[in-house]
Amino acid sequence: MGRYVLRRTAQAAVALLGVSIVVFALIHLVPGDPVRTALGTRFDQELYETLIARAGLDQPLLLQYWNWLTSALTGDLGVSFRTGQPVTGALLQRLPATMLLAFAALLVGLLIALPAGIVSAVKQGRPVDYAASSFSQIGVSVPDFWFGLLLILVFARSLGWLPPSGYVSPLEDPVEAIRRLILPATTAGVVTGAILTRFVRSSVLEAMGAEHVRLARAKGMPERYILRHHVLRNAWIPVVTITGLQLATLLGGIVVVEVVFAWPGIGRLALDAVVRRDYPVLQGAVLLIATGFLLINLLVDLLYARLDPRITTS
Amino acid sequence: MSGAPEPTPEHDDSTDAEVVLSVRDLEVSFGTKRGRAEVVRGLDYDLHRGETLAIVGESGSGKSVSTLALTKLIPIPPGRVTGTAHLGDTDLISLSEAELVHVRGQRIGFVFQDPMTSLNPVHTIGRQLTEGMRHHLGLSEAAARDRAVELLAKVGIPSPEDRLGDYPHQFSGGMRQRVVIAIGLSCDPEVLIADEATTALDVTTQAQIIDLIAELQADLGMAVVWITHDLGVVAGIADRVLVMYAGEVVEQADAPELFSRPRHPYTVGLLASLPVLGDTERGDLAAIPGLPPPPTSLPPGCGFYPRCSFRSDERCATERPPLREVVAGHLVRSFYEVPEEQSRRASAATRIAIEPPDVRDEGVA
Amino acid sequence: MTEPTHDPAEELQAPDEPSEPRWRETLSALLKNRLAAAGMIVLALLILSAVFADLVAPYAYTDGDIVRRLEPPGRDHWFGTDELGRDVLSRVIFGARVSLQVGAVAVGISLMVGTLIGLISGYRGGWIDAVLMRTMDVLFSFPVVLLAIAIVAVLTPSLRNTMIAIGVVFTPIFARVVRGSVLSVREEVYVRASRSLGASDWRIISRHVLPNVAAPVIVQTSLSLAFAILTEAALSYLGIGVQPPRPAWGLMLLDAQGFIPTGAWWMSLFPGLAIFLTVMALNLVGDGLRDALDPKQRSIIQSRGVT
Repeated sequence: MGRYVLRRTAQAAVALLGVSIVVFALIHLVPGDPVRTALGTRFDQELYETLIARAGLDQPLLLQYWNWLTSALTGDLGVSFRTGQPVTGALLQRLPATMLLAFAALLVGLLIALPAGIVSAVKQGRPVDYAASSFSQIGVSVPDFWFGLLLILVFARSLGWLPPSGYVSPLEDPVEAIRRLILPATTAGVVTGAILTRFVRSSVLEAMGAEHVRLARAKGMPERYILRHHVLRNAWIPVVTITGLQLATLLGGIVVVEVVFAWPGIGRLALDAVVRRDYPVLQGAVLLIATGFLLINLLVDLLYARLDPRITTS
Repeated sequence: MSGAPEPTPEHDDSTDAEVVLSVRDLEVSFGTKRGRAEVVRGLDYDLHRGETLAIVGESGSGKSVSTLALTKLIPIPPGRVTGTAHLGDTDLISLSEAELVHVRGQRIGFVFQDPMTSLNPVHTIGRQLTEGMRHHLGLSEAAARDRAVELLAKVGIPSPEDRLGDYPHQFSGGMRQRVVIAIGLSCDPEVLIADEATTALDVTTQAQIIDLIAELQADLGMAVVWITHDLGVVAGIADRVLVMYAGEVVEQADAPELFSRPRHPYTVGLLASLPVLGDTERGDLAAIPGLPPPPTSLPPGCGFYPRCSFRSDERCATERPPLREVVAGHLVRSFYEVPEEQSRRASAATRIAIEPPDVRDEGVA
Repeated sequence: MTEPTHDPAEELQAPDEPSEPRWRETLSALLKNRLAAAGMIVLALLILSAVFADLVAPYAYTDGDIVRRLEPPGRDHWFGTDELGRDVLSRVIFGARVSLQVGAVAVGISLMVGTLIGLISGYRGGWIDAVLMRTMDVLFSFPVVLLAIAIVAVLTPSLRNTMIAIGVVFTPIFARVVRGSVLSVREEVYVRASRSLGASDWRIISRHVLPNVAAPVIVQTSLSLAFAILTEAALSYLGIGVQPPRPAWGLMLLDAQGFIPTGAWWMSLFPGLAIFLTVMALNLVGDGLRDALDPKQRSIIQSRGVT
């Protein structure tokens, strides 16, 4: 197990290095002068030179990368071309909103997928199964931003039950925070749920068809006991894995949902940075999200190894 | 190991040993897209205490299904089971699922083919041993664990107390199968059904497992049903043999009688195709060409007719032959019998097979 | 009678040889799948409408009659009108062109580049394989939408750059699928035999490897097309994909959001419905292809939601 952990972590570290190179390269792939483009009509020679120096863009490439990387490791991701404020600060300020939305969406997704997946596997071939499969197929094909708009149309505009956008910190006003969380979390969550339903179903089906289930039945164990201890107990490991991976994917795609609901998260920050050509902020956001993505994938793999006795004890 | 245990006393239908399981007119069919599949078409036999019955046949002959159906271990729609199967006083076929749960494991134990997949990889073997005992016998965790240790010792696992907490992947194939056997015996069943229990093992381990079950049977007195496609496996240990083809019994006799004087063309074919070490009497191996008929479209007459090289009666093609008792205790489903000469020639193999090869004395797998 | 007289081997038939060529078998299996067939019909309609948009659409997509702005669906405008009085139906039809174009080009790029990478990587192995796959790993480390956003940010938003961005992002998936197929074939006896006979690499690849690779690649193409169209729509909705005045479904949704308070639900509903139906059709066809070609390929092929 120790060897596996080491190997997998090393792999992640290498990938992370690659990610850092790509993110670093972004600003250099911009045709033309990135700082000039970012300043646009606010161009001021002194400001321009300050920003260039601060971003280290006047130095040789490798040195730049080294400085950038070492600064990043200490938490300094440069300053915004727009506001002059540190990027790291801006990211940290927006992080809680994104995390809240991501976890809420995952929760919604699991609340849908676990029962739907298990029931449709156990009652395979019956109407419930077809309903769940259809839901799944639809959910995978639905554009999440469209779904969000439809929810806003129905619940915010027509029925007026929920607010269409905005964010309130749960620390300030828990009730209002939840009210505002419902629509965005449902939007992202339903799509996630549809994807997860398929995996839960196939995991459970696979576990149900296992030979050891046959022996357990031949032993005379009751069906409910078998479902719990010989089917679900085996199925939940791949489900945990996929859930973790889904969380990672959610983090990546959440930018769209944040825009629909004007949610002040990192995704929206990244988008604003794109529009305003604020490359350091974009770099910071991409780096943060990609790192999170990699880390979650790593943790999921390690968790899987921990849960499956075959890997732990060999 | 010096050979098989003492065979049970010579018996015919009016036996003095107690009948443990009595199967009559067992029929199993499945509804499929291509029509009704008749997988078992009328099976009758009696199983006596301490007896070893071998059910032999190709895959698709219905041999496994016939035993799984006894406790409805097959999916019931689309499957359908008719007939009677009296385990003691109880007719298994008439029992409900709730009642069958108490028969499975407790009165009838199973050993399946593949030890690599029969055990749940995420539970310890201790748990898999004790769960049945706790459920059926109401034992406490401690009592169940003690008994589990005893069972593991009995099946030949060294240091059993230490191994209760181990997982299946920490055992070799042969050892895992021993664990599965221990599980099968854990609640003292009246019948142990070994369904292709040695097919997935190498030859050395096969011999050890066969000997193990024979020893356990002598010790515990249960009846054993060996299901296999390989006559060689049961040659040394069976008391009585049932040969199945296309869902029917085609020949049924005490083992010595069947092996020395087989009378059905299929049995003759099976014996003739047995590869045996040291065989110099026969020429090339004669495999039976062709495949069994699909259970959804069975031939109108004898099931074996399309592959039969004898076909000694005009009725073979069109009428289904009845099961006839040609000699006391020896039943054949055929309008005629294979002549003595061919019969003796084919069975030469078993005379060689009954000499146990030295390979059995190598260490525990 | 003393000897067996009859040899049954003469009568018994050999199992049926496959009588039809494999692609025809696949096609008929595919068509039997009702969902996939429905998907194919939808796609056919879509492609036809896109190609013949000028004929099919009742209005030009720029024609806006301000007087009739924000009209709900009615006789003259089946899908209603937008804030400039333009016919939503016509814009949806023309939008199909953009979506299909982006999808086809982007997936085309990733298909070609990815297949090439996968072939080289899988066939050659060694350090080339290691380097290429590590690079693909790095690309895989970025969530799809995020990477597309980053690339578009660098290149500035436009139709062309959207295609490039999506093409780059999808390349690793094809590379992985192809490499997997190549690896599974490379060790087959017939390939090694061919090699030992001195056949050139190229010949081996084209005769043995490519046919094997074709099936998973076809399935992946269909599924990637679905995801590509979704991604393009998302980018356009975010304002950094296709730019106005081109009619793109995502863009239409971006406009539509502003008019939700006025109750113009038709502006939101129809473009999104178009995206949904297109993506669903592609997914159904992709799934159908996967089942028809070989259910065992399931493990290598990836669709939306699985990274």
